[in-house]
Amino acid sequence: MMSKIVRTQASFLYTLILIFGFYIVAHGHLTPGGGFQGGAVIATGIALIVVAYKFENIKGWVKKSMLTTAESIGLLAFIITGISGIGVSFFYNWLANSGLLFGRVVHYGINPGYINTAGTLPIMNLAVGIEVLGGLGVIIMYFLHYAKEVK
Amino acid sequence: MSWEYLVNHSPALIIIVPLLAAFGTPLIGRFSRKAMYIWIIASLTLTEIIAIIILHTVYISGKPMVYVMGANPYNMAVPPDSGGIPIRIIFTVDAFSSFMAFVASTVALAGGIYSISCEAQQSAQEKYYALLLLMLVGMLGMVLTGDLFNFFVFLEINSLASAALVSYRIDKGLAVEAAFKYAIISSIGALAFLFGIGILYGEYDALNMAMIASRMKFTDLDKIVMALFTVTLGMKAGAIPMHYWVPDGYGKAPGAISAMLVTASQASLYGLFRVSFTVFGLAANTATLGWFIIMLGVLSMFVGVTMALIQHDIKRLMAYHAISQTGYMLLGVGVGLATLGTAAFNQYGLAAMEGGIFHIINHAMYKGLLFLTAGAVIYRVGTSDLNKMGGLAHTMKYTTIFFMIGALSIAGIPPFNGFASKLLIYESVYQFNPVLSILAMIVSILTLASFVKVFHSAFMGPKIHDVKEVPKSMLIGMAILTFFIILFGLFPNIALNYLVAPAAKALANPLGYIARVLGGGA
Repeated sequence: MMSKIVRTQASFLYTLILIFGFYIVAHGHLTPGGGFQGGAVIATGIALIVVAYKFENIKGWVKKSMLTTAESIGLLAFIITGISGIGVSFFYNWLANSGLLFGRVVHYGINPGYINTAGTLPIMNLAVGIEVLGGLGVIIMYFLHYAKEVK
Repeated sequence: MSWEYLVNHSPALIIIVPLLAAFGTPLIGRFSRKAMYIWIIASLTLTEIIAIIILHTVYISGKPMVYVMGANPYNMAVPPDSGGIPIRIIFTVDAFSSFMAFVASTVALAGGIYSISCEAQQSAQEKYYALLLLMLVGMLGMVLTGDLFNFFVFLEINSLASAALVSYRIDKGLAVEAAFKYAIISSIGALAFLFGIGILYGEYDALNMAMIASRMKFTDLDKIVMALFTVTLGMKAGAIPMHYWVPDGYGKAPGAISAMLVTASQASLYGLFRVSFTVFGLAANTATLGWFIIMLGVLSMFVGVTMALIQHDIKRLMAYHAISQTGYMLLGVGVGLATLGTAAFNQYGLAAMEGGIFHIINHAMYKGLLFLTAGAVIYRVGTSDLNKMGGLAHTMKYTTIFFMIGALSIAGIPPFNGFASKLLIYESVYQFNPVLSILAMIVSILTLASFVKVFHSAFMGPKIHDVKEVPKSMLIGMAILTFFIILFGLFPNIALNYLVAPAAKALANPLGYIARVLGGGA
């Protein structure tokens, strides 16, 4: 366990890192980044509190089973989004320009970057984000599984 | 869902089914183990059925199927506004691809059923089955894809899943060491492969195999790419100078995974043949490349079998035989490549290719069966050391029979399938170069000698171990492969006419492949 200053800072930054991570995931189809990068950023948030606090405490807050479930759900969401276009072809983007969710019609030319566009891509980004957050989280937890507290 | 719809979308469905099953397995395994088994067997069976549908469709139509992910309609390889350049991820399924998909899904089905009893006592089973299905996805993707970068992605999926599965039984750290070796070597190989793809992309502005093939000029850079591709894929296939991961990897994996690793290696072999024939075949000097592959093959055959003779670990011995048998495929198809475009191709080159390709399916079946019997022996006896075994034929009757069938088949004894393909290779290669053919026969004799030794030390003699026959699901897994061994052994014409000859013709016809993709795919 680190000093109180570090712990307070980590608790404060944890929220910001989470928000920033989800921002990267949500804007994957507009700005550099995407599901994988955003998920990795969120996982660094978990790494930060793991470093700042005792591993015994973390085990209570972040459950491994929860993270593995997130991994499975993310992967399933990704593949099901792919299958949802099978009426035309696998991974067909049937939501784009449809007027439905993420289906705002975009015309050619410069625009400020509308978040409600790109069809199935944001959904897949979200799925990948959840998967990577779960996967990297599990990896961090397993790395620290055998760690011993240095007195 | 109409029949036509199913047929049109089958190249995507064959990936979707195991992928969905793999991702669903950890969730289902959390609730009920029995439901998970049903889920896995159902998905593997469905994959096998789809593989047969693809096989049938490609055989009937006689030309490659094209499936483009995310395109509207599904087979539009070249969109009207792209300026004649194929975009998107494309699956190009010709007769050779569908043949390999059938091999991979059959062995995976047998391995999946076999694993249910064999791994029943192990922990983290849901991860085992998820990885097994992902490994199948990797193999299927490698053999079906028509895009070089996509090939690399599936190669990585396959390598990572295989490496994790090799380490599944930790075995005092030995299996983990083998898996680590495999993971490192295959990652380096895959990076070299990616480097080659990068060079091709820089030169020809395309990743689509058909597009690269049509633009191929065979410059000095392309020669570097050819060397990179041949060496990395030869390494993944386990050809001799790059074989060092095979004995460890095959030897330490669980039985069913060893059987599947054989088909995983063959998927890399597919990549090697696809790249040599389709991508480089039109522009390159195929005689030189063909001779290089023949040399790899002869080395693998001979060194593999001589190394196998001195082993006393049953799975390690079989792993060296797998290297040796890979040599036959390289020899057969290498002769086809060396004679491509000459008059000799129609005289004996095509027959040699047919022999080599026929040997792929035969090897997958009998070596798969042998690995499964080895797994059964280890399951009951608890050791893989041949010196500590003996007298197993007293109690393990069915396993003994299955082992005998596999051993006679690998040695090329009629009426089993190994005989059919080996005879085809001997006859055609003899016309090409008699020395190679005689070497192949000597290797076959040494193989028989080696398996006589295994049979004698494991199954004959007085009863040492008081063991029972293995559970039913393991026997069913072995019986599936035995069925194909006997079928292809008794009626080699069925396999030759419906599976092998179309595959060999498709592989030797890069122009048809290119025309199908660049012609729009419809």
